[in-house]
Amino acid sequence: MNTIAEIGLLAEHYDIAVVGAGPAGLAAAARAAELGLSVLLADESPAPGGQIYRAITTTPVADRAVLGEDYWKGGALVARLERTEAAYAPGCTVWSVAPDEAGGFELGLSLNGKARLIAAAQIILATGAQERPFPIPGWTLPGVMTAGAAQIALKSSGLVPSGRTVIAGCGPLLYLLAGQLAAAGANIVAVLDTTPRRNWLAAIAAFPDFLRSPYLAKGLRLMTQARRKLPFRTGVTALAAEGADKVTAVKAQRGGASETIACETLLLHHGVIPGINLSNAAGCAQEFDPEQHCWTPEVDDWFASSIPGIAIAGDGAGIGGAESAALRGEMAALDAARRLGRFSEAERDRRAAPIRGALARSLRGRRFLDLLYRPAETFLAPPADETIVCRCEEITAGQIRDTASRLGVTGPNQMKAFLRCGMGPCQGRLCGPTVVELIAQAHGVSPAEVGYSRLRPPVKPITLAELAALPPTDAAVKAVVR
Amino acid sequence: MFRPIAETRPGPSLGFTFDGRAMTARAGDTVAAALLANGVAACRQTPVSGAARGPYCMMGVCFECLVVIDGIGNRQGCLVPLREGMRIETQAGRRQPDEVRS
Repeated sequence: MNTIAEIGLLAEHYDIAVVGAGPAGLAAAARAAELGLSVLLADESPAPGGQIYRAITTTPVADRAVLGEDYWKGGALVARLERTEAAYAPGCTVWSVAPDEAGGFELGLSLNGKARLIAAAQIILATGAQERPFPIPGWTLPGVMTAGAAQIALKSSGLVPSGRTVIAGCGPLLYLLAGQLAAAGANIVAVLDTTPRRNWLAAIAAFPDFLRSPYLAKGLRLMTQARRKLPFRTGVTALAAEGADKVTAVKAQRGGASETIACETLLLHHGVIPGINLSNAAGCAQEFDPEQHCWTPEVDDWFASSIPGIAIAGDGAGIGGAESAALRGEMAALDAARRLGRFSEAERDRRAAPIRGALARSLRGRRFLDLLYRPAETFLAPPADETIVCRCEEITAGQIRDTASRLGVTGPNQMKAFLRCGMGPCQGRLCGPTVVELIAQAHGVSPAEVGYSRLRPPVKPITLAELAALPPTDAAVKAVVR
Repeated sequence: MFRPIAETRPGPSLGFTFDGRAMTARAGDTVAAALLANGVAACRQTPVSGAARGPYCMMGVCFECLVVIDGIGNRQGCLVPLREGMRIETQAGRRQPDEVRS
């Protein structure tokens, strides 16, 4: 592996550019490099691993039991990439992917405050997942964070919340985090479980499949351990963070009863959804997945998107977890190699057969979890008007509802023009799904009918100075010089 | 806000300042993690209402941890590795025209 510390050290052209160094990106880059292709793996983080294996090579957490054995599996993925000739660029943001004149793609990248455009024949987006927005009153107060944020602080810095900590939401990751934080000595004063009781009705049909799932043993162990040790409150139907300039308490509603719990840190989690900003901005078709209840790019059996030459591997193309992400990365790399003429379709299929089997096994039982831990409507479309939905532009649920119904706004692109929601620096990552949900509710239609925002590059803010310093191409000069 | 757990590997620490206050953190921390470890809850005020905000996602998605680092604003603290002697400042609301130097 060749680590790239300066943007000038990147090659002009790669056979494959992989974006994101989580399990999918690491596996895709390693497989492609092993096939003799020239590979760039660009990742925003300072070290490889993505979020699930965050800081796997640098974590200061010495006691392996704190993070659990599953975490340490990430080391093998990094070690495999290290044995290849792939170029790995940490701290490198990919802000644009667009078709170029040669039939490949042009990538816009930034590293250490300098931007550059390079070319790649094939693209594998492995941008992973982000946490589902969890809009409740007060969720913008300092001290309110995602559960994933606390997990990142633990993995990468060995930090745990120092004061009274409340964890709220539902889903496997929430119980995992609760167990990890408890093992690390955090003071967890309550776990407020929002799993809607009636979800069991929908999920029970998927239960037989779950019985054969790799999640089962692990999940049950997590659940029973967390429940035995921690102060669980189930059936939570509404939440609000309270405090003036930071969170001091959380108010939880359980049916008719309400309870206020003092805390210094409130960690929220309602599952993860694909991070779609780059694939959407690259023009890859997106669809609404009703079971995972999220927007996801359309991909085929090889994780190829609607744009030939761009594949989307890992959780960025639908949530499947770390193990499936790595396998999907392998498949995408094999298909990219086939597209580049390395081998035939038949050879690709032969190589992929065992991976495909493992992938099917790794996804078994997923549907049960998706259905069981689907957040209640009240957390997807916040009923309290004062709830901030767009954190960047400070637009409330009431404003969005009002604009949707009174002005007849039918989609998130139009909503931007009226309210600026989704136009702040996060570019709708934290409000987009909620805005769609609120519009859908106002018009009595499904989120699929409302559609998602059409995003555009740059998908991460870059400075004008960086853009201006890019060397002008002939086409760019012709466009402005007469 | 956050504290190191007992089971961490000892390592070198780095000195930096936050709004002029001298602080130290573990080498290898990001700027946002270093602030959390030093009890800093809020690292910016919003450009719209001036409300206090602090790190929320720690993975580059939410842009709540924006700070000024060595005079350069709008840096995502959760993505920038801490360096010795860094001058980190609260990002205070909206940029005012008279602050802009040519």
